[in-house]
Amino acid sequence: MATDTELKVEPDLPPQPPDEPSGLSTQALRLGVSLVVPVLAGLGLYYAGTILLNEDSNRAVVVVMALLVGVLGVFGLYYGMDWVINQLPERFRSKVRPFAFVGPAIVILGIFLLYPTIVTIQLSFQDRAGEGFVGFDNYVRLFTDSSTLIAVRNSIAWVIIVPAFAVGIGLIFAVLSDRLGRKTEALSKSFIFMPMAISFVGASIVWKFVYNFRPEGFGEQIGLLNGIWTALGNDPVAWLLQEPWNNFYLMVILIWLQTGFAMVILSAAIKSVPEDIIEAARIDGANEYKVFTRVVLPSIASSLVVVLTTVIITVWKVFDIVFVMTSGEFGTSVVAERMVTEFFTFRDSGLGAALAVVLLVAIIPLMILNVRRFQEQEATR
Amino acid sequence: MAQITMNDLGKIYDDGTRAVGDLDLVIEDGEFLVLVGPSGCGKSTVLRMIAGLEDISEGTMSIGDRVVNDVPPKDRDIAMVFQNYALYPHMTVFDNMAFGLKLRKMSKDEIKKRVDEAAEILEITDFLHRKPKALSGGQRQRVAMGRAIVREPAAYLMDEPLSNLDAKLRVQMRAELERLHKRLGTTTVYVTHDQVEAMTLGDRVAVLRAVSPRAPYNLQQVGPPAELFNNPQNLFVAGFIGSPAMNLVYGHLEGSGDAVHAVLPNTRIKVPKAALDRHPGLENRMGEELVIGLRPSDLEAAAVAGQDPERSMNVEVEVTEMLGADTYVHFSVDKNTVITPDIEELLADSGQGPESLGDKTSFVARVSPDVSVGHGDRVELTVDSAKLHFFDPNTGDRIGLKKTVAA
Repeated sequence: MATDTELKVEPDLPPQPPDEPSGLSTQALRLGVSLVVPVLAGLGLYYAGTILLNEDSNRAVVVVMALLVGVLGVFGLYYGMDWVINQLPERFRSKVRPFAFVGPAIVILGIFLLYPTIVTIQLSFQDRAGEGFVGFDNYVRLFTDSSTLIAVRNSIAWVIIVPAFAVGIGLIFAVLSDRLGRKTEALSKSFIFMPMAISFVGASIVWKFVYNFRPEGFGEQIGLLNGIWTALGNDPVAWLLQEPWNNFYLMVILIWLQTGFAMVILSAAIKSVPEDIIEAARIDGANEYKVFTRVVLPSIASSLVVVLTTVIITVWKVFDIVFVMTSGEFGTSVVAERMVTEFFTFRDSGLGAALAVVLLVAIIPLMILNVRRFQEQEATR
Repeated sequence: MAQITMNDLGKIYDDGTRAVGDLDLVIEDGEFLVLVGPSGCGKSTVLRMIAGLEDISEGTMSIGDRVVNDVPPKDRDIAMVFQNYALYPHMTVFDNMAFGLKLRKMSKDEIKKRVDEAAEILEITDFLHRKPKALSGGQRQRVAMGRAIVREPAAYLMDEPLSNLDAKLRVQMRAELERLHKRLGTTTVYVTHDQVEAMTLGDRVAVLRAVSPRAPYNLQQVGPPAELFNNPQNLFVAGFIGSPAMNLVYGHLEGSGDAVHAVLPNTRIKVPKAALDRHPGLENRMGEELVIGLRPSDLEAAAVAGQDPERSMNVEVEVTEMLGADTYVHFSVDKNTVITPDIEELLADSGQGPESLGDKTSFVARVSPDVSVGHGDRVELTVDSAKLHFFDPNTGDRIGLKKTVAA
């Protein structure tokens, strides 16, 4: 945005008089500016909505409105707030200004993130209709009922296996592709990265064809895997019904999707290891394996952790693959899939919320780790 | 300890660019040899070929009595100090220095002994537990040196190790490097583009230039610093070695026997026998246009060096630079600047083109600081005529040069 610099026209150059503490008026102003943008944005969307959602409205008007509200609206609101703050008395400006920019984000995140979280936690202590308080009943059910226990067991297996393979294979590809010529490297990397562009649902449908099975007498085997399997002289197999192996067949899909991500990030990390350090290690007497384990790997450790935690978080949240492939049947359900099923299919908001809370608790430490890593990286820059 | 021998060494990159051609150079056991030249002259490439970081396209390279063309770096028993130090960022200073020893499966006690010893010499004992990030540039430089020292290799290779230090620290480290080499006595190959560094550090200095159709060899001259300074074998070496650079001007000789005079713009200087002796065959080039070279240090104010009408120049001062111990006096003589391919190459390295020079030749004289002159003053200079240099304007070679010496 070209106007970014214009917005910062007035840095807090004149020193604030020390006898003006953050008084009540300052606090009120801060709260006020934090709320103005969300409220105005809400009103804008509400009134725009009456036109945009109206079937009879002119298409061109709808497009123009959407652009005005969506693109210029937010920008206009912030610019307007900045102007308003410039009209305030000098002593308030530098104290209030940050709240005009950060405040709305905090308010909106609070409404759409914090509030639902609190309500979910509350729901997890209530009965299936979300009415009476039932204490830890939902959690007890979660960890005793066989259907949810299978989901928890499967999720833990997913979280161990998928990141290990996705990051492991991604690292191997990153290291090997680094030794290719520039064009072959780009080509091979794009092939491995390509699945990243496919949605989870799309990928699941692709893999449905891989695992496809036709019972005897219901036509030719069109599944890739069964095609190869029968060509080798075996009887066709209903892969997705083979407990517990069907879990691994589903995990393969996510590994296929996430390997490219791991490879791209790790490849960038490997490329940023200074060439002269590697040369120094070679001269110091290291063979290629030692160069990798003693110099390259420690240098990319922080990227490795970030990739690993990011993939683990994705794996915890996996829902679409299981839902599309097996609907959680045949012992393949996972926590996120179970959560949706309990909540929306079985209308048990208590158990559904409890599963959501379990997911939240599992993911929070990883998020903290990730944020900390990022901060460390920022600090060393 | 070992002697490094390069035999008809050549390097051609994959894209067909030739970086090194027909390099013959023997680095004696225990010698401190400096490879110097402008950027792009192939000096770093040669060093990396010794290290094994670049493949050798032609010729042979031997360390000791072993041909190392196909020996990987780790087995060449050499240690290298990199321009950017190349310390391992995730290791402490101790581990950085110990890394090469650990890879050689040396005992813990021996490693500690060697690292402590090297740390002592380099005065980095207090930082052994720190990571490189927490060190200053000078300290990192010492660690990089330490990492090389503990290895006790057959040879040290140094790739502009001082170029990232500030001026004062560089002078200090230069002196320490010299002391260190005296103490360890290990063969050292040192790459720099700074000719002052080359002159002060090297037992011998090898002046390199980029290979081109005109100059298929990198190596222009190799010898002790004084030899390069006093008897540069061509205009390239003459122009590169010495600061400020040698003054070069077109002129010719006239006379015969004991009365040979060099005719320069604005003056005639009697050429003494000593100067003639240093240029065998010069007496056969009477009247021909030659390039005459005069070091700024061989020009002194007549008030200090004494009057001598046979070797004096009367000039108008343009600029003076007071350096405390010396004063540089800049002036011009009425003759177009010497432009030969050699000179053009040196000009290009300092970011100038020949068109920036007018129809006058800029001269510099290094005079005593007691001489007080300013812009516009006329001053009488006395030339140390025994130290005149004469070059062939077409080949750029020193007159009387025996071709075999150049290769």
